[in-house]
Amino acid sequence: MKEIVVISGKGGTGKTSIAASFAVLGGSDVIVADCDVDAADMHLLLKPDFEFSEEFYSGEIAYIEQSKCIVCGKCTEVCRFDAISFINSQYFINPLSCEGCGYCSQVCPASAIINKSRLSGKWFVSNIKTGSKMIHARLDIGADNSGKLVAKVKNEAKKLASEEAKPFILIDGSPGIGCPVVSSLSGANFVVLVVEPSVSGVHDLKRVYQVVKNFNIKAGCIINKANLNPEKHQEIKDFLLEENISHLADIPYDENFTKAMVNGMTIIEYDQNELKKILSQTWEKIKILLTN
Amino acid sequence: MPEKKMFKIAIASGKGGTGKTTLSTNLASFLAEKKEVVLVDLDVEEPDAGLFITGTPIHHEDKYKMIPRWEQNQCTLCGICQNVCKFHAVLQLGKIILVFPELCHSCYACSELCPAQALPMQPKKMGELTEYEVNDNLHFIESRIEIGEEQAVPLIAQTKKYVATKYPQVDLQIYDCPPGTSCPVIEATRDADFVILITEPTPFGLHDVSLAVETMRKLDKPFGIVINRFGIGNDDIINYCNNENIPIIAKIPNHRKIAEHYSSGKLVYNEIPEVKAALNQIMNYCMETSKKKVE
Repeated sequence: MKEIVVISGKGGTGKTSIAASFAVLGGSDVIVADCDVDAADMHLLLKPDFEFSEEFYSGEIAYIEQSKCIVCGKCTEVCRFDAISFINSQYFINPLSCEGCGYCSQVCPASAIINKSRLSGKWFVSNIKTGSKMIHARLDIGADNSGKLVAKVKNEAKKLASEEAKPFILIDGSPGIGCPVVSSLSGANFVVLVVEPSVSGVHDLKRVYQVVKNFNIKAGCIINKANLNPEKHQEIKDFLLEENISHLADIPYDENFTKAMVNGMTIIEYDQNELKKILSQTWEKIKILLTN
Repeated sequence: MPEKKMFKIAIASGKGGTGKTTLSTNLASFLAEKKEVVLVDLDVEEPDAGLFITGTPIHHEDKYKMIPRWEQNQCTLCGICQNVCKFHAVLQLGKIILVFPELCHSCYACSELCPAQALPMQPKKMGELTEYEVNDNLHFIESRIEIGEEQAVPLIAQTKKYVATKYPQVDLQIYDCPPGTSCPVIEATRDADFVILITEPTPFGLHDVSLAVETMRKLDKPFGIVINRFGIGNDDIINYCNNENIPIIAKIPNHRKIAEHYSSGKLVYNEIPEVKAALNQIMNYCMETSKKKVE
């Protein structure tokens, strides 16, 4: 079983559209994991049926039992997250600010603060239109621990892939370089970097690749909107050469990317010509690179 | 109470790549033609505003988070630190206490509850802040997190604090926020006076902005929507805004020229009249909102 992660550093480079196309190309060989739990979009293209769902609890949150509170204010003194406010002579915890460290409950002389487990989101197993299954999730608004939900989605995908003897897990990662990205990279066999030839595209690629390097994972790169800026395109190619990253494909600037999405289709379903050809060849290339 | 004039605009999006940085940098430069503005890049994981705004660096500092350091000779191995840490960042292994800095949330519980003062807090570098003078009217502050550092929130919080202390006199502050709806976005927008959500008229754009809308409602923030790349995709976003009673502040047309200017790191509003018109609408809208705030 091989894990392929699609990431981009910068958002809006076409990562999810490309990953969804690979999911269709891989068909029943591929278990899909949407690890962009913060803004999950894969389901808009792969039509999941939400067959199974479960609540996801992670970490804790402090709660003040007003009947026991003696209004001494010790809790606010120790809270480093400005999460406890004093309103109408009562102390309250702001759930969006509370990190769940539990320090307040340790120092409360009246034992008025309890720590509850925090509901952070939901995760799902779905049948999708590729003839396979997808694990996806929904992080609650403002929830912490998105890295942990990513790990959960990945682990469930792994479990499913081994039960059903699937050769590939395809992971749609999140933008940035923080905890959800780190979580989606750990244990991966191959990283597909989707970039665009712009100053910010190049800048973000270089940063996210530093993270990939720490994991020592083999990487390939797809340059999307490749003809947007020839100078930046060359700069990316130079970087790939220098870092020994396979240049998997160039995809031209094409509004069919958007049109496919508007029609609820992946690119290869919507565009039967140039784009389908490029993406099919790229998927084959990735499979070859994985077996070598 | 003194009249509070300062107005902080946060530019956020839900989905990445919808034009947050384009809007932040163009809006800041445009507004700075008339009044003093501070632009702050709070997308500390991938800070890109500095690629479009160039200035003279006038200040640079390392930013630290506090983590405990084990003092072996003071430690009585009582185990309290391990028991109070909810993040498993402190671990007792036989006669050794291990600290895992990347798991630490800097809550100080282990350090301050240690009866032997054996876990003093010490600084660990998490990122860098740089301050630029772009012109007499435009100040730019950028923070970038260290590669491998996973928690953006403390750096975002410290950056805002720096701006508040350094520029209390500047009325207009613009925050370029990280994408998504989780903790970094909350931190970046929590003390804004107005939030602009920028999106594109596509199913992904609509889905992700609806999450961002939920977030802003939960935070009880006034907000409005700017539609970028207007003309691609469909009209669902407009119907959505109408149904939800959300103001559409401006529409920026889809234009390959904008993408090309952007790709080479140029500001676009002086080249594309439609962008300038959109910025004007946004400015007027924000002025109205800030007047209401003072009233």
